[in-house]
Order: sequence, then structure tokens, then C-alpha cells
Amino acid sequence: MIQALAFYLFAIVVCLSGALTILSRNPVHSVLWLILAFFNAAGLMVLAGAEFIAMLLVIVYVGAVAVLFLFVVMMLDIDFAELRSGVMRYAAVGLLLALALVAEIIVAIGAWSAGGLELARRAAPIASDVPNIEAIGRLLYTRYLFIFEGAGLVLLVAMIGAIVLTYRQRSDVRPQNVSRQINRRSKDATRNMNPGVGEGMQL
Amino acid sequence: MIGVTHYLVVSAILFTLGVLGIFMNRKNLIVILMAIELILLAVNLNLVAFSAALGDLVGQVFAMFVLTVAAGEAAIGLAILVIYFRGRGTISVDDVNRMKG
Repeated sequence: MIQALAFYLFAIVVCLSGALTILSRNPVHSVLWLILAFFNAAGLMVLAGAEFIAMLLVIVYVGAVAVLFLFVVMMLDIDFAELRSGVMRYAAVGLLLALALVAEIIVAIGAWSAGGLELARRAAPIASDVPNIEAIGRLLYTRYLFIFEGAGLVLLVAMIGAIVLTYRQRSDVRPQNVSRQINRRSKDATRNMNPGVGEGMQL
Repeated sequence: MIGVTHYLVVSAILFTLGVLGIFMNRKNLIVILMAIELILLAVNLNLVAFSAALGDLVGQVFAMFVLTVAAGEAAIGLAILVIYFRGRGTISVDDVNRMKG
């Protein structure tokens, strides 16, 4: 009973916040609605018994991706009202397409039947006595180790790509040159002078 | 009891909302990226629902990889957005015709 109640609560809130993400006028509000959608989707995943993916969703999406979106929205000086101007022009055809798509998918779900599933041939059956995180860890670090490394590589390439894309050499500033600072020795920078009386210093 | 069908309907609605977002915000590139995130979230929900329904852990492992790709895609997409804005002073999709084939 409480499970069904929680499911419907999460499902309704995730759909509403998803709709408000694409409909709100201000992109900052869009990001905040997106965060709410992620939280509620994480709740749905907890209900399905996937605690690790739910926590990953909260940490990666809410903690990193949504904050990145927020940074970019606030950093760029854009006239968002101007960008909203064409919304109504595409709303009709978009709504039509969306209704057709959701009707198709729901009809397909209704018509779908699993048929003769061979549950004995599951790749990695969920054991009831092993916690979710431990089971995923065992699977990830043994059978899917190379794919896991590949995922790390994807993140590395994304990070390097983002840095390379957005880095620019500016000529109007004088940035700190760390290697020159470290290479500087005191004997290059100072001199020990012993001038005669009345001769003064030649610098 | 909550079956897999309920989850599939929720993720179908989320997926459609993402597609609708791409259609409606034809000009605003940031909202299009957010709509893509919504679509990937729907896919993840589908994977997790089937993983729970069939008792197979591979769906959750695959959802993790989808999450990885989504994070990388968001980072690269926003980086391209920033350099595009730096060069043109706008992010309107209608103006993106510089790379004519």
C-alpha cells in the first residue's frame, strides 16, 4: 500500500517537473525543475530496488550535471525572452507528434507480453542475500572490468575535450608562470656589492 | 502491486516530454540539452525497471554506463555552447549554419 502510494507520488512529480523543465520561461527555473525530476526518478529507482543507481543519479546528475547547467546558464549573458519567441510556432506540431509518440509507446506496452522468458539464462541473477552495491561491485570489477575502464576513458576524453574546447590564450593578461618562478634562484636575483666611499651604486 | 508496466508508462511519458522539449524550444540550445538529459533519464528508468522485473543485475550496470555517457555528453555539449556563444554572441539554433557541408 505505502509502496503504491510512494510510486504514484514519485511518478506524478517526475512527470510534472519534466513538463515544467521544458515549459518554464526562465532557464534557471528549468534547471531547478530538472533537479526535482532527477530526485524523484531516484526515488522511483529506490522503489525498484536499485539503490546504487539511485544514489549515482543524485550524485552525478544533481551534484555535477545540473550544477554545470546552472553555471552555464548564469555565465552566459543571453536574452532568453528573445529565445522564447518561437515557442508557440512549433507548439502545435510538437504537441501532435508527442501525443502520437506517447500513444504509440503506451499501446506497444499494452500489447507487449514477455512470452517464454528463460529466467534460468539470466546473465547475472540478483541474489537476495547480497546488498545491491556489493552485487554491482562484484559484477563490475570482474566480468565488466574492461567496459568499466572504457567508461572511465569516456569520462577522461570528455574532460580533456571540454578543457581543450574552452581554453583560450589571452594576450591582454599576464598569467603566473609557475616554472619560471620555480627556476629562479637567489644568486640570479641578488648581487653582493661593495662600493667605495663616495662612488655610489651602479645598478 | 507495482509492476513493470507502471514504470514503462512513466518512462514513456518522460521520453515524450524530452522529445516535445526539443520540438518546442527550437531556439534555446540549453533547454534542448536539458531535454536530452530527460530522454536519457527515461531510458535509465526503463533499464532499471526491467532489471528489477527480470531479476537480472546487468540492466543496472548498463544504466551506469548510460549515466557515464550522459555526463560526458553534457560536459562536451556545454563546452561547445560556451565557445559558440563566445564567437557569435547568441545561442539561437536558427543561426547555427556556419558549418554548411
